[in-house]
Amino acid sequence: MANTNPNGSGGRAANGQNGYKVIGTRPVRPDGVDKVTGRAVYAADVQMTGLLHGFVLRSPHAHAYIRSIDTSKAEALPGVRAIVTAADLPAAEDKIEDLGEGAINLKHLSDNVLADEKALYHGHAVAGVAAVNPHIAREAAELIEVEYELLPPVMTVDDALADDAPILLDGLRTDSMGEVGAEPTNLASFFRHQRGDLDAGFAAAEQVVDRTYRTETVHQGYIEPHAATALHSADGQITIWTSTQGSFAVRGQVCEILQIPVSRLKVVPTEIGGGFGGKINVYVEPVAVLLSQKAGHEPVKIVMSRADVLAATGPTSGSNIRVKMGADAGGKITAALAELYYEAGAYPGSPVGAAANVSLAPYALENMQVDGYDIVVNRPRSAAYRAPGGTNVAFAVESVVDELAEKMGMDPAEFRILNGAKENDRRPDGLQYARIGHIETVESIRDSEHYQSPLEGKYRGRGIASGYWNNWGGQSSATAVLNPDGTVNLNEASTDIGGTRASIAMQLAEAMDIEYEQVKARVVDTDTVSYNDVTGGSRTTYSTGLAAYNLGQQLKEEMKRRLADHWDVPAENISYEDGVFEAGSESMPFAEAAGVVQRDEPLMASSTVHPQDFGPGFSTQLVDVEIDPETGKITILRYTIAQDVGKAIHPSYVEGQMQGGVAQGIGWAINEEYIYDDEGHLLNASLLDYRMPTALDLPMIETIMVEVPHPAHPYGVRGVGEVNIVPPAGAVANAVYAATGVRMEKLPISPANLLEAMWAKEAEAAAEPVPGDD
Amino acid sequence: MAKKIAVETTINGEETIFLCEPRQTLLEALRDNLGLIGSKEGCGNGNCGACNVLLDGVLVNSCLVLSPEIEGRDVVTIEGIAVDGELHPLQQKFLEHASLQCGICTPGFIVSAKALLDENPDPSEHDARLWLAGNLCRCTGYDKIVRAVLDVAEGDA
Repeated sequence: MANTNPNGSGGRAANGQNGYKVIGTRPVRPDGVDKVTGRAVYAADVQMTGLLHGFVLRSPHAHAYIRSIDTSKAEALPGVRAIVTAADLPAAEDKIEDLGEGAINLKHLSDNVLADEKALYHGHAVAGVAAVNPHIAREAAELIEVEYELLPPVMTVDDALADDAPILLDGLRTDSMGEVGAEPTNLASFFRHQRGDLDAGFAAAEQVVDRTYRTETVHQGYIEPHAATALHSADGQITIWTSTQGSFAVRGQVCEILQIPVSRLKVVPTEIGGGFGGKINVYVEPVAVLLSQKAGHEPVKIVMSRADVLAATGPTSGSNIRVKMGADAGGKITAALAELYYEAGAYPGSPVGAAANVSLAPYALENMQVDGYDIVVNRPRSAAYRAPGGTNVAFAVESVVDELAEKMGMDPAEFRILNGAKENDRRPDGLQYARIGHIETVESIRDSEHYQSPLEGKYRGRGIASGYWNNWGGQSSATAVLNPDGTVNLNEASTDIGGTRASIAMQLAEAMDIEYEQVKARVVDTDTVSYNDVTGGSRTTYSTGLAAYNLGQQLKEEMKRRLADHWDVPAENISYEDGVFEAGSESMPFAEAAGVVQRDEPLMASSTVHPQDFGPGFSTQLVDVEIDPETGKITILRYTIAQDVGKAIHPSYVEGQMQGGVAQGIGWAINEEYIYDDEGHLLNASLLDYRMPTALDLPMIETIMVEVPHPAHPYGVRGVGEVNIVPPAGAVANAVYAATGVRMEKLPISPANLLEAMWAKEAEAAAEPVPGDD
Repeated sequence: MAKKIAVETTINGEETIFLCEPRQTLLEALRDNLGLIGSKEGCGNGNCGACNVLLDGVLVNSCLVLSPEIEGRDVVTIEGIAVDGELHPLQQKFLEHASLQCGICTPGFIVSAKALLDENPDPSEHDARLWLAGNLCRCTGYDKIVRAVLDVAEGDA
């Protein structure tokens, strides 16, 4: 079942496996040549005649009333063509809509694009300028005079929930399981998942671990900054070229913010330079549209700087998390409690809901409770980030599981297998699992050469952790055009961040029993196919792939029907195998048939899908670390990830997802954090100071693809994009404990944080009168 | 508006004259004045390597070079890596190893890797990782990038 590829990428295999011809092979992606030669057009690469350049002025304060904005000096600068502020936006309604990934309050969405009465974080957009070049746009922005009235910043969970906390949003009331509070608050919502009897469960425990953790805000860190070009044409038609995970999500948000019908807006997705959840919300798109309209219907391009990307987009929530867990003498978990306090940023909507389901999902629990709190603070409005909310809570839960296993004297892998969730068990909100591959991932790690090999040396340690992600189905639309030479044009609207043109085309090729090279996959705009959800939730290869499978079936059946007329035989007599249609003595290869069946009438197919029975993903990971006791620096010596991938369509890109998720998780674990001063200014808005892993910080990342096919997909596909980022922080923390004896209770485990914890432990040990006398 | 100056230089083997404002970086001039969009801006301050080019054979961040500085010099960008329409072995191996996911960092990595192999045709894994530490990739975890570079080095040996 485990498909181990110790060589990682391993080149191209000649054949697929398990009877597949295309699935399981490693072909070159259709957009590959353009991307290695520099020809691929990303958002900032869009050029057109008459192009103006935009710049967005941002608040230098974390929390302030905007009392006035004077643009007169900026307007007078030669080369300036338009300036917009929140006053140019239609008044937004205070209502909730789902525009792509989760419910959004439209007033908050609009206010985040251009601040209305209040600036709510350092970097909050205040005004937009369009000019003949980007330098003039920037100079003009500096001439805009904004009068602020400063308010005390609210930066953390503790600040926000203090009795005398300043209130960010006047209208906010706590939604507590549907009951709405009366008082102004920074607590946007509270919920609880519960089953069994928690007190009885803890009373039955032989050992209990109860710990509280803190994780800092981190950014998705895509290398391409946000950028968009908008043309508001004189006839009222609007086109936006942008880098996004969801062209329809952009259409939906921009149309709501600008209060225009969807028929007036076409969104053309460019190539996208990374997203990880952070390229779903709109930022500069509506501003560019307003500027284009005001500048006499000339196109306007806005490219964000890296500093602005860090200060004003993404990030994901910092959090305070308490986990309490008990186990009986046999090592079975008797009760588990998790309390999750997530910082949403300036507007409600942290991923605490998803985090609650991740929290205890890998374990079969009779008695459990998860409480979730969504809290606003003066940081950027949080956005999705790969398995949103999962890494934070898995760090906490997997640390406690490790400590509990240690207290029980059990091997941490065996402890996870003993308590592991299986088919028919339930995740925290009660959802019952179909066939899942969680235990298989733990077993794959336990049985791996890595786990079985000794790790020796001072300040070295090994850690293991597991994780869950729900995955998603979502809606997809695609069309397929049969060319008379036997090739197929596949038009789909899932923007391709990691090779999905290939993984979707491969499913169409498999379904039609043709070569991968016969399918030309392309990503199209919002006018060309019907609604399509974002590339997110690990849904694209699963759901858009299902649409491609359907297209293949439709084209095949219609070809048979037309060949039946051509040959004058009943359609049910026609067989199709190995790329050849046959009926009695008649036979015709696919490519020839493609021409014959279209002599009288062209042939195309369309498919729309909205699968509900998506399969969740699990991953278990193993890491060896070495600590430098002088500096606190962590070196990752070796890393192995096992993940249930359902069925790997293109194994190289599946491995790539696994390796990429691990790398991001390691960054989160050991380095990445937003650093603010006391006034709420972001201090590290550069890629030097917000330090993501480099090639030198990582070893090769060994992958074990566990294939437990998803029963509801024709090829067994599960989402593979996200669960890989859930376990790394927990695995690294457990390895750090093994290396140093220190249980880290905060992320990142940066040199400074680790040294502090190691020194505290040494001081504690020195203070104890008789060591080892317990 | 700032006055423009003429810069005479060689880009990807072609002698070129272009107009630019003195404050424009080489990256900006390549992209906006010359239409060579393959060099990318990921950070604008020399931390991500997405804009890397060769200047007289030396690897530089083009976002940290002002365009007037390239007067009389020789610039090679990602657009100049493939020769006579044939992909460079690095480009070929990046495709075969699936060394790119989103692809935005890929031009910079390929230019950097070419500079590495020009200087050290037989790098160890550590050599490659150290050299490429000036290029950030957020998608791949670097595994397949490093493999592609080492694969090309082995092929040359």
